[in-house]
Amino acid sequence: MKEYATFLGCIIPNRYPGIEATSTSILKYFDIELLPINGASCCPAPGVFSCFHLESWLAIAARNIAIGEETGQDIVTMCNGCYGSLAEANHLLNGNKELKDKINEILSKVGCEFKGNSKIKHMIEVFSEDIGVKKIQESMKNTLDGIKVCTHYGCHFLKPSEIKKHGSSERPRFLDDIVRATGAESIDYKDKTMCCGFGGGVRAKDIDVTLDFTREKLKNIILAGGDCIVDQCASCHLEFDRGQAEIKKIYGEEFRLPVLYFTQLIGLGLGMEQKKLGLEFQNIPAQSLLDKINGGRK
Amino acid sequence: MPITRNIIRINDLNSGFIDEFVESGRKIFGEDVLRSVELCIQCGCCTGSCPSGRRTAFRTRKIFRETSLGFKDSVLGSDDLWLCTTCYTCYERCPRGVKTTDIIRVLRNMAVREGYMADAHRMTASYVFKTGHGVPANEEVQKQRVELGLNRLPPTTHSFPEALRSVQEVLRLTGFDEIVGFNWETMELRGRI
Repeated sequence: MKEYATFLGCIIPNRYPGIEATSTSILKYFDIELLPINGASCCPAPGVFSCFHLESWLAIAARNIAIGEETGQDIVTMCNGCYGSLAEANHLLNGNKELKDKINEILSKVGCEFKGNSKIKHMIEVFSEDIGVKKIQESMKNTLDGIKVCTHYGCHFLKPSEIKKHGSSERPRFLDDIVRATGAESIDYKDKTMCCGFGGGVRAKDIDVTLDFTREKLKNIILAGGDCIVDQCASCHLEFDRGQAEIKKIYGEEFRLPVLYFTQLIGLGLGMEQKKLGLEFQNIPAQSLLDKINGGRK
Repeated sequence: MPITRNIIRINDLNSGFIDEFVESGRKIFGEDVLRSVELCIQCGCCTGSCPSGRRTAFRTRKIFRETSLGFKDSVLGSDDLWLCTTCYTCYERCPRGVKTTDIIRVLRNMAVREGYMADAHRMTASYVFKTGHGVPANEEVQKQRVELGLNRLPPTTHSFPEALRSVQEVLRLTGFDEIVGFNWETMELRGRI
């Protein structure tokens, strides 16, 4: 059985626990065990904390990696933000001995050492590479045939591509491949790779700007005829789900577009009990989507 | 408006700003990354690609030009500097290899040092000092966790007080408490928010 040290971050355990529960149980089904990283903290958010003080951001990220490394396994994150911080910290520290020594001097005061031996991975890689599209396809019990999905990749998993090395940031396809493996259709929409608006501290400081990003994406998805949005990032997930509730409150505009993390979509295809997916705890009801799926049950 | 108001005089510019900027971020990113701002040819690919610039007055290339020329106060004091969501679209597309997002982040670090940190951002930082999480647990989600078969609290700083103390110690050692203005005695931000 393959094992990973799981870096949970903040938004998944503290706002969208359905993503944590669903991902953990699906991986168990595919014989992959997620080990906890006891005592981990905020990653800290790449576009937020690194903008305040790079050294503090790097030291906290290095501490998270250091305690993850103690499990002896590679580290897996479920959020692009967490992935962004940990992967960038890993890259910066492994490429600069002086910087690594400086950060380790700080960490030594709290009994930690960043070694840089563990790989930082994202949950999407575990599904795309460890499990693979074929196996996902063969495991499906519910047909998601006829469901039109609009995927949202987010920013910090793909970019900067010279560091992240996951191929094209302009036309990525691995998330669409996963969606297709469930039997659902992945449809194109205008400005598909555009940011959701969450990052860089903009949400905290200028929420109207953030929601204007979100609204533009939602409009483009509705225009293309999407039944739901499927993402791979907790921050984007919160932005689209809570953002819709905020847009309704502020602008009186309603989209009612269900928001699913990609493992929640796979969970539907695997025939997982729907209340185990945590969709009912989200702001935007997924009922329209669930009805469409249940209507077409094999 | 008299035309003289638009004339920029050499003496108004801070010629040492570019070096100050490079020095600020050199230890993290290396000098070449920061110096790349001087490769900018003002083509506007960054601004044209910017999802924030589509809806706001944020102009990435203007910030880069002002940085190179030494418009220190205008760059660091501008609210626009905080409209970048760090989506890296311009970073990917810049034909001159300017490390756009890294440059923005170092400029923001400098702005914070100069006292331009927004209260909303100080608030976000304060949650990490208090809980180890930028987005801490709440009662409602704790109940949802139990319903989903998870532990009420995740195995993070929320469950391990000694881990929270380590995070706080790291932030004390890096001086983040002073930068943000966090008071350890009251466990709150200094000054009124």
